[in-house]
Amino acid sequence: MKGQLILIPGRSSKQGVGLNKGKLKEEYIRVTTTLELSFEDAQEIGLETADIVKISNHIGETEVQVKVLKEGKLPVGYAFIPYGPPSSCLFDGETCGSGMPASKGMTIDVEFIKKGVKKKTVLPPRTAVS
Amino acid sequence: MSAASKDIKIVNEKIVENATCTFCGCCCDDITLTVDMDKKVITKAKDACVLGKSWFLNHVIEDKPIARIAGKEVPLDDAIDEAAKILMDAKFPILYGMSDTVCEAQRHCAPIMDDCGGTIDTTTSVCHGPSGMAFQGVGEPTMTLGEVKNRADFVMYWGGNPAEAHPRHFARYAVTPEGMYTPNGKDDRTVVIVDIRHTKTAGVSDIFLQLKPGKDFELLWMLRAACKGVDIPNDCKDICGVEKEVVEDLFQRMKNCNYGVIFFGMGLTMTRGRHFNSGALMALATDLNEFTHFVAKPARGHGNVTGADNVVSWQTGYPFGVNFSRGHPRFNPGEFTTVDTLSRKEADAALIIASDPVANFPKPAIDHLTSDKCKLISIDTKNTPTSEAAHVSIQTSTYGINTGGTVYRMDDVPISLRPAFDSPFPSDLEVLTKLRKKVNELSKKANRPYATKKYM
Ligand code: SF4
Repeated sequence: MKGQLILIPGRSSKQGVGLNKGKLKEEYIRVTTTLELSFEDAQEIGLETADIVKISNHIGETEVQVKVLKEGKLPVGYAFIPYGPPSSCLFDGETCGSGMPASKGMTIDVEFIKKGVKKKTVLPPRTAVS
Repeated sequence: MSAASKDIKIVNEKIVENATCTFCGCCCDDITLTVDMDKKVITKAKDACVLGKSWFLNHVIEDKPIARIAGKEVPLDDAIDEAAKILMDAKFPILYGMSDTVCEAQRHCAPIMDDCGGTIDTTTSVCHGPSGMAFQGVGEPTMTLGEVKNRADFVMYWGGNPAEAHPRHFARYAVTPEGMYTPNGKDDRTVVIVDIRHTKTAGVSDIFLQLKPGKDFELLWMLRAACKGVDIPNDCKDICGVEKEVVEDLFQRMKNCNYGVIFFGMGLTMTRGRHFNSGALMALATDLNEFTHFVAKPARGHGNVTGADNVVSWQTGYPFGVNFSRGHPRFNPGEFTTVDTLSRKEADAALIIASDPVANFPKPAIDHLTSDKCKLISIDTKNTPTSEAAHVSIQTSTYGINTGGTVYRMDDVPISLRPAFDSPFPSDLEVLTKLRKKVNELSKKANRPYATKKYM
């Protein structure tokens, strides 16, 4: 089970919350290793939520867990991942004279590795809001 | 609860009114913090969003050394001496970060690099650096968020996801607040989202344009052409993924509003086209001033990244990517920006302040930064992959929670911080003041022609 997609790394509120708890802590690591796929692409490649896949390009490779989104949430052919070490290991250092690496829109190979366990979403800290 | 126990609670609790959250560029300065002064933790952060709450409530005073060299605990002054020596001995020292500290600390960074003939760069180079370049090319049709709240009846977000990255941007500044000329809040505004993904932000929009990835410039240029009377092309959908009629309707709304604003994010600056995209967007906002009042502003991420741009600009004339090796500031993105100096393996010493390139940079840059070819110095408030990989690591207190100072909101409005409680860790200001003094001493000793006191 293999496919090719275009990766869009970006910010998410869960990633922001995880970051505040600590970049070396489990929550941040889990959020930044979750790859969101469109429903159509997941069907095409044969992937389900919680599957562990290898994503790779000419720069590097890493293992992440799949989350399949509802139809229409992501254009077909695209995948989303919150910024973090896994997305970084696929960024090219070339900035085309701008200082800014092309951090969105890189072509990646997605390959099924094994079935994974669906993890519980950790909610943000409860606070008393008056 | 008895009166006595109530009293005990009050003695141990401190309320900080109008505290500023520095997690994101919104810099909300209306947060009420409840602080448990015994445990030194914030227990409530009234009015903060989910990110702000996690920023305040997860802040704990960690039990770890203030300074380490090669993983071993050392006195702070030893770490500063070692850091100064590394920077002075290096052939190509770089300084990077600065977006999560106060302006008072940031102002010591350019002089440090000036004295050692190095290169200073901020996190702007990997977020809105292209916008910074575009400002120089086409100017910035700017405003404050107060103006937006009171006047804007057309609000557009392009390539950004404020619902997740700046959660209070809608409620405090741009979408729902009741303003002087927008008394009915959202009912008085048209909210347009342009993105390639149907994000949470898209959910609040009146109009959502799902653009073909990488086609921002094309749509912006069509709208610019429309300002000059050129028709939207019939094959608009093939070009950018949006129907011709939708773009025509959008253009009419932009033209006919009373006060329009476009906030743009990294979906625009990080994709193909980079500074051409930001430039096209700001030029569009300028063009629309032929018809109405129109402004544009980048939605900045880190709490004081805007301050970093301002401070480096007033000191050197340029916002980021500034090199001092010839004794005067030179600006050249692509040459003096950190991803480039690291990916090309040029930098042999890196002072990283309040940022985490080891977690966020492209792999070739991380490989060099963590190699023995580049001595890494980290000054940060938290344990991060960068602080863990650093040869010299200094832990500082957190701005806005433990230390005061000034930050710039994303609209360049300076805001004073109200810290909640003290920290045993030194402030960035204290550490950078000492480091600057030490580097200046060494620079003078070495008879560097540019060892000066001009920024003192
Ligand atoms: S919007 Fe930003 S500054 Fe305001 S509370 Fe949320 S994280 Fe803090």
